[in-house]
Amino acid sequence: MSLMEEIGERAHRLAVPFSAQLDLTYRCNEDCVHCYLDHQDHGEMTTAEIKQLLKEMADAGVFFLTLSGGEIFLRKDFFEILECARALTFCIKLKTNAVLIREAQAARLRDLGVESIQISIYSHRPEVHDAITKISGSLQRSIKAIRFLRSQGLKVIMANVLMTENMHDYRDTHRLAEELGAEYTLDPTVTPMMNGDRGVLNLNVGETDLHRVFRDESLVGDAAEFCAPPRPLGEDNMDSTPCSAGHTACYISPYGEFYPCVQFPLSCGNVRQQSFIDIWRNSEQLNEVRSIRLRDLSSCSQCAHGGSCTRCPGLAFLEGNMRGPSTADCERSFARTGIPSANLLSQKEKTSSARLVQIQLVPAITGNRLSEVGNAASAVAS
Amino acid sequence: MNKKLYVARSPRIAARKLGEEMLVMSAQGSTLFTLNPTATILWQAADGVTALDEIVERRICPEFAVQPEEAKRDAQSLAEELAKHGILLVSEEPIANPSPAFQEQR
Repeated sequence: MSLMEEIGERAHRLAVPFSAQLDLTYRCNEDCVHCYLDHQDHGEMTTAEIKQLLKEMADAGVFFLTLSGGEIFLRKDFFEILECARALTFCIKLKTNAVLIREAQAARLRDLGVESIQISIYSHRPEVHDAITKISGSLQRSIKAIRFLRSQGLKVIMANVLMTENMHDYRDTHRLAEELGAEYTLDPTVTPMMNGDRGVLNLNVGETDLHRVFRDESLVGDAAEFCAPPRPLGEDNMDSTPCSAGHTACYISPYGEFYPCVQFPLSCGNVRQQSFIDIWRNSEQLNEVRSIRLRDLSSCSQCAHGGSCTRCPGLAFLEGNMRGPSTADCERSFARTGIPSANLLSQKEKTSSARLVQIQLVPAITGNRLSEVGNAASAVAS
Repeated sequence: MNKKLYVARSPRIAARKLGEEMLVMSAQGSTLFTLNPTATILWQAADGVTALDEIVERRICPEFAVQPEEAKRDAQSLAEELAKHGILLVSEEPIANPSPAFQEQR
């Protein structure tokens, strides 16, 4: 077990919120096609409120603190907040599009001992990246910022989201990261909007492309190992908890809402009305999340992928049931191993019977629409 | 120890106590360290103006029942080791606190 795993286990045992993400704003100077946020300001926490929150978080034991948004540099008090956070000795990771970072900001970030800066880059080609951010010149500015940050010796992680718009660019984007001395991550999942709107999911790449990406050894290392047949859950794992959300991790919105994770919009309280530690210890919703064991997951506990799945309880919650499956993760597991999950098999059964019923009840449906239904079913089954 | 040494916490580290153990992460190479009880006391007391000898006499010896001379030698090697990883600053002169806000340690 690595030191980090050991520490994670200890934090879990001690019920310490060891890592947290704090979104400082949902406002943004980009307007990305896949973004899950509403960029209007609905009453962000003030500087004083954030400083108080940071103190409470430090007292509660938060060590890894991610400051994200929206675009964090849009807050005029950003450096004041960051200075306060560093004075409280958090280990700070920033998530930004970096468009507003110039030499002076990069130097200040270095002086403040920021651990890393994650920057969203969707393509090496301006016409693709800028079409996703809907801001002309944004790629050029972000790259310039990466150079400033690297020249200060700061760790930069280039974060790409794989979607239909940039599917063919992820390798060259990886090469760009290497040229700039940045690390590279590729997230193959577009997530629903926080308000539950699932329209953006149309941007997710198809199963065939995902299958190919998961076998690209420049990304996954040993493809045979990465795509190895799944492992079912062993009886000894049934009492494990699904992920760190709500156990050692949490998320706070710019409005003070407290969630188990940024991807798990189950409101557990608001730090404007209650102290951070009070919510962490006593929230009914958090305690419900904490009570869930792998054996409680309706279809996942019996699934062939149970022992190796990366099921996200937040995505399951957004699908309607925090104890249910997350179809996005089922699709990833399927693209990796070629073996459908229990959830996909059950959806296939439902889709097949729904199609038969539809044909019977709507005989006038066009051939085109029928083929769409057929494709959807075969995408699940193939 | 012939010369007086002063130690200060580096402003580029992150730190938090988890249970009884102090975790320290150096921005230099994103490396995580866990400090044992002696190193934790030394690190917490490293304000840049209290001499290392004094820290050992006042904070470490009473806690661990060790001979002062032996404890001072060990503390100096420990301080130098922590300095190598960018966790502590070590100097023969008092160190003006690199960041006053870092006075408060958890």
